[in-house]
Amino acid sequence: MAEAAVTTRLKKLINTPETEVKDALAGMAAAHPDLIRVEYDPNVVIRKDAPKKGKVGLVSGGGSGHEPMHGGYVGLGMLDAACPGAVFTSPTPDQMARATAAVDGGAGVLHVVKNYTGDIMNFEMAAELARGEGAKVNAVITNDDVAVQDSLYTAGRRGVGVTVLLEKIVGGCAEAGADLETVTTLAKKVNANGRSMGMALTSCIVPAAGKVTFEIADDEMELGIGIHGEPGRERTKLKAADEIAEILTSTVVKDLPFKRGDEVLAFVNGMGGTPLIELYVIYNAVHKYLTGQGIKATRSLVGSYITSLEMAGCSVTLLKLDAETTKFWDAPVHTPALRWKV
Amino acid sequence: MAVTNAQIYGWLERYAGIVAEQKQYLTGLDAAIGDGDHGINMDRGFQTVMVKLAPVRDKDVGTLLKTTGMALVGSVGGAGGPLYGTFFLRAGTALDGKAKVSDADLVTALEAGLKGVVERGKANRNDKTMVDALAPATERLRQYVDEGAPLEEALAAAADAAEEGMKATIPLKALKGRASYLGDRSIGHQDPGATSSYLMLRALSDSLASVPQQAKTTTS
Repeated sequence: MAEAAVTTRLKKLINTPETEVKDALAGMAAAHPDLIRVEYDPNVVIRKDAPKKGKVGLVSGGGSGHEPMHGGYVGLGMLDAACPGAVFTSPTPDQMARATAAVDGGAGVLHVVKNYTGDIMNFEMAAELARGEGAKVNAVITNDDVAVQDSLYTAGRRGVGVTVLLEKIVGGCAEAGADLETVTTLAKKVNANGRSMGMALTSCIVPAAGKVTFEIADDEMELGIGIHGEPGRERTKLKAADEIAEILTSTVVKDLPFKRGDEVLAFVNGMGGTPLIELYVIYNAVHKYLTGQGIKATRSLVGSYITSLEMAGCSVTLLKLDAETTKFWDAPVHTPALRWKV
Repeated sequence: MAVTNAQIYGWLERYAGIVAEQKQYLTGLDAAIGDGDHGINMDRGFQTVMVKLAPVRDKDVGTLLKTTGMALVGSVGGAGGPLYGTFFLRAGTALDGKAKVSDADLVTALEAGLKGVVERGKANRNDKTMVDALAPATERLRQYVDEGAPLEEALAAAADAAEEGMKATIPLKALKGRASYLGDRSIGHQDPGATSSYLMLRALSDSLASVPQQAKTTTS
């Protein structure tokens, strides 16, 4: 029986673990030639019309396995370039340095970095390299995961769902022609006003490892999961969706805290292996909870936008909105994964 | 004594060989408290280093070290790439334009490398990182060279200090990097980064010594 289970675990649509990232990048390039171009060695996804003269360039990156983040967000009104690392492994500075050079239209470049030790160090080195070449580079770090306590985990809170919202909002601002300082300030505001928490029903399999990252029983769930199968806050018996949604949402609300009268963007994200119908079940409960607290969800996003390979589960992100962030959330966007008003 | 570019190349080549040989050992240490890829990553990195060094091996010491740093930065990934990459880039930059490297220059370069690692990783002594091997080694090297000891003797003493520092990581609780997520469960394991740093300094000592010792790789 154990052997049968192992066979099932390795059931993936890949050619080889070693070629997975490049094969997928080539697929993206073939599918979206109107939006992006892909360079290899170092691997970078670049907006088709970059660099745009006078526009602040927006660069992000991270391990692969979180698709559509980040390559799927390259295009009009969002990122100018994305650097995909190996699955769940930070990209290297030569990738970010190349991306920075490729999108620098003379107005400077903002790096959007999720708070993981390797990502931070590699982006810092890339920024030093790019500055050495004369580029103006700022960085913003996302760290919105309330499941990680700063005091317990010295590496600090992880960057998760807010990263997607930040890339959209700040991308809209950069597209409108704002300067580097304005774009950077907005990015910091978005991160400061957003919080997230996730949960998992199943684990995921890193192809190179070939086995599940953690074991979880059929009747259990892991609360406070990250996006790489890191430990969560708590392992508990599986509960009804409404109850799960309330745990996630109330924890997020209390952390910022979000208050009565706040307007928010409510983002229910799938971890990769959860169908949309279940995400809407969750959204319904999130919406009810917020309404009960006097918090108004004036904008929403529901779908799998920051994933953890085939992990089943979801995360809830709330972002407190104001006129500026609402305007740039609504602004036109045209990328492989997000498109509206254009 | 002056340090030649051939000796520095010899050090890097020797260390690349040791990393290849100790790949499983380093990975095993990392599997206990990290994500189990330190030896694999370092080996991939130093294989790249040797390829990149081939066309510049006759250049000055600064170029050799900076080439090593860039090769590591571009091939290792994770936290190890930036940390070891920074070590060699800073050490190389400290020797920029120097045709001959004096004992004092070499100490200054290693100090610059350590400073880079500390800045990059923001680790303090006793956080259970590579700093726990590099910092005491660099201090002892400075002390010996300032007192006029022969470089060979100073480097051997520095490698001994690194070894002591590496072993002293065993009872420590990790406060940086992925091992910090384990909290108390990181206690009782020797830090893989401190181990690879010790091996690097022992390789330096051996490659500049007339009668090399064998690098010691046993856990205590």
